[in-house]
Amino acid sequence: MSDILLSINNLSASVDGEMILNDINLNIKKGETHVLMGPNGAGKSTLGNVLMGNPVYKVESGSISFEGEELIGESADKRANRGLFMSFQNPLEVPGLSLESFIRNAIRQNTGKAIRVLKFNKELSETMELLGMDPAYAERDLNVGFSGGEKKKAEILQLLMLNPKLAILDETDSGLDVDAVKNVSKGIEEYQKREDGALLIITHSTKILESLNVDYTHVIVKGRIVKTGDASLVGEINENGFEAYL
Amino acid sequence: MEMRKDTPIDIEKDKNAVLPDDVNRELYDFKDEEREEDFYKVDEGLTPEIIEEISREKKDPQWMREFRLKSLEIYKEIEVPDWGPPIDGLDMDRIVTYVRHKSDMKNDWNEVPDDIKNAFEKLGIPQAEREALAGVGAQYDSELVYHNVKENVIADGVIYTDMESALTGEYADMVREHFMKLVPPTDHKFAALHGAVWSGGSFVYVPKGVKVDIPLQSYFRLNAKGAGQFEHTLIIVDDEADLHFIEGCSAPKYNVANLHAGCVELFVGKNAHLRYSTIENWSKNMYNLNTKRALVEEGGTVEWISGSFGSHESYLYPTSVLKGDGSHAEFTGVTFAGKGQNLDTGAKMIHLGRRTSSFIDTKSICKSGGISTYRSSVVIGRNAEGAKASVNCGSLMLDSISRSDTVPAIEMRTDKADVGHEAKIGRISDEAVFYLMSRGITEAEARAMIVSGFASPVSKELPLEYAAEMNNLIKLEMEGG
Repeated sequence: MSDILLSINNLSASVDGEMILNDINLNIKKGETHVLMGPNGAGKSTLGNVLMGNPVYKVESGSISFEGEELIGESADKRANRGLFMSFQNPLEVPGLSLESFIRNAIRQNTGKAIRVLKFNKELSETMELLGMDPAYAERDLNVGFSGGEKKKAEILQLLMLNPKLAILDETDSGLDVDAVKNVSKGIEEYQKREDGALLIITHSTKILESLNVDYTHVIVKGRIVKTGDASLVGEINENGFEAYL
Repeated sequence: MEMRKDTPIDIEKDKNAVLPDDVNRELYDFKDEEREEDFYKVDEGLTPEIIEEISREKKDPQWMREFRLKSLEIYKEIEVPDWGPPIDGLDMDRIVTYVRHKSDMKNDWNEVPDDIKNAFEKLGIPQAEREALAGVGAQYDSELVYHNVKENVIADGVIYTDMESALTGEYADMVREHFMKLVPPTDHKFAALHGAVWSGGSFVYVPKGVKVDIPLQSYFRLNAKGAGQFEHTLIIVDDEADLHFIEGCSAPKYNVANLHAGCVELFVGKNAHLRYSTIENWSKNMYNLNTKRALVEEGGTVEWISGSFGSHESYLYPTSVLKGDGSHAEFTGVTFAGKGQNLDTGAKMIHLGRRTSSFIDTKSICKSGGISTYRSSVVIGRNAEGAKASVNCGSLMLDSISRSDTVPAIEMRTDKADVGHEAKIGRISDEAVFYLMSRGITEAEARAMIVSGFASPVSKELPLEYAAEMNNLIKLEMEGG
């Protein structure tokens, strides 16, 4: 059996009739960390959303297979049940739904099993501590009144609690101060340490990548992947920007 | 007397009625198998003869018999309200106003007749009593069938009894002094109707300084087809005392109209505290024309927690009269109008005393063509200097065929008061649904979670088991249609 987790073949997608992604090809194996970089408006977030199944985006052609099974046409919850996860660039606020209850419900629906409360509570508080989150946030309404940094930490908290096979991190470092970046990176490193956990990190900066092991870097411009390289490509872009690829 | 097998009022006659969806309401909609010979009923309609028969049957004192007949006269004179949901589908000549099981009220659960016992067992009432309540009253159709209060509560001098016993019991004078004084029969047509045909309900008296630390509960079940339920709840919380009272209601679904015109009168003494919680889940053929009112003395507090889920049409605006200086009232409510429902709900705050304060926080939800109207009134009296009032109402429309209206009225007779108002109408954001789904939660569950969250100001205030019931009702409504 192949150890390819995600295979994107000739994928094109549009929103409101405008083509955003053109003929994308990308394979991600178990345990690999891929970075997707590109200037604003290049289609980075669109790719994340299309992979996760956001109905706003329309797939025009191509295929997305996950562990050998086609994802196109499947709703976001089914994809999550398979082990796909996306950390949102702008996590939504849901008044009246606590962060803790949200995570508990999500785990229950993904595993189809009842939650062992004590084990869950212990894991939740340990993970929050790792991320430098005030434990009071567990009882707060999901993302309501959270600062930008707390929202991103809450996303990484969900990543670690749900423990998916592939996590897409959409601009997880945008708008964070130095300390928050440190905490968020610590959470992502923790996920990397786990066996087989694969990452697709979408970013237009490089702050978050400094402490992470990167296997592949892809540059996306105008909806096309124009260059693929190893971790050193991150440093090159850091120095020269995207000029060379425009 | 003649027994009519059916009451041919068809809610389809009501041109505005839409037959309810077949949502899975099995938990509440079961119709208890009943044998006609086990029940006593009066004829349909309203005549002095029927009123006299009810009065005789209930062994009313003389004053009450006269009160009923006078109320009937008032009823005939007052017009049906013309400003709310249409009630053409309700034909009072076809409503049976009094139905009683031919067995007496029990205070031992084992002695309650099996058919009735089964109905309440299915609703989880005896279990709730065992686990979380200081006392329980259970009314089936027109009369209470069960009543029990925990001994330590009795020892504190708390009276919790059915209204009928209260009329002739130790507190008969107190009952007479307060009965329909806050909601007089002249108030509106259905208050007059209530005065004429009321039956059942509870009387509670909490003596001065006594704090009842776990709630008392009454559960009302209207099982008879084409019938009305007119229970009267009278609660007097004396100075410095504290009580939480919970009211639950349900009925099975019939294709004929049923009517609920209850009346709740709450008297809150100086520095006393009363919380009155309701989860109303009438079936969707019910006309719920209910009147609730509280009178609050100096430094006292009344808190209303209200969940309105059932009924075909509702008119419900619990009113707080803040008479004493520094008295306070809060109303927290959620209304969910699904297919075929027209729910007109809200609250009324009347500030009479100085430095009185009130707070209204309501959420209305509508779905599948349901109509939800928030209607409130805040009145600041001439002498209510330093009064503060705040009104906050939010609506959530789950589709484009449903309707949500907001009708807030504010009347100020002094400018030395502070009144704030905020209204928001919204829809569920698709992005939020996608966000929850991206964590593995199904679309239906995601929507239900968002709606439950929206309604959480109410569920958070309820005891755990009631909050769970409320979220379950929201889930049922979200699945239906």
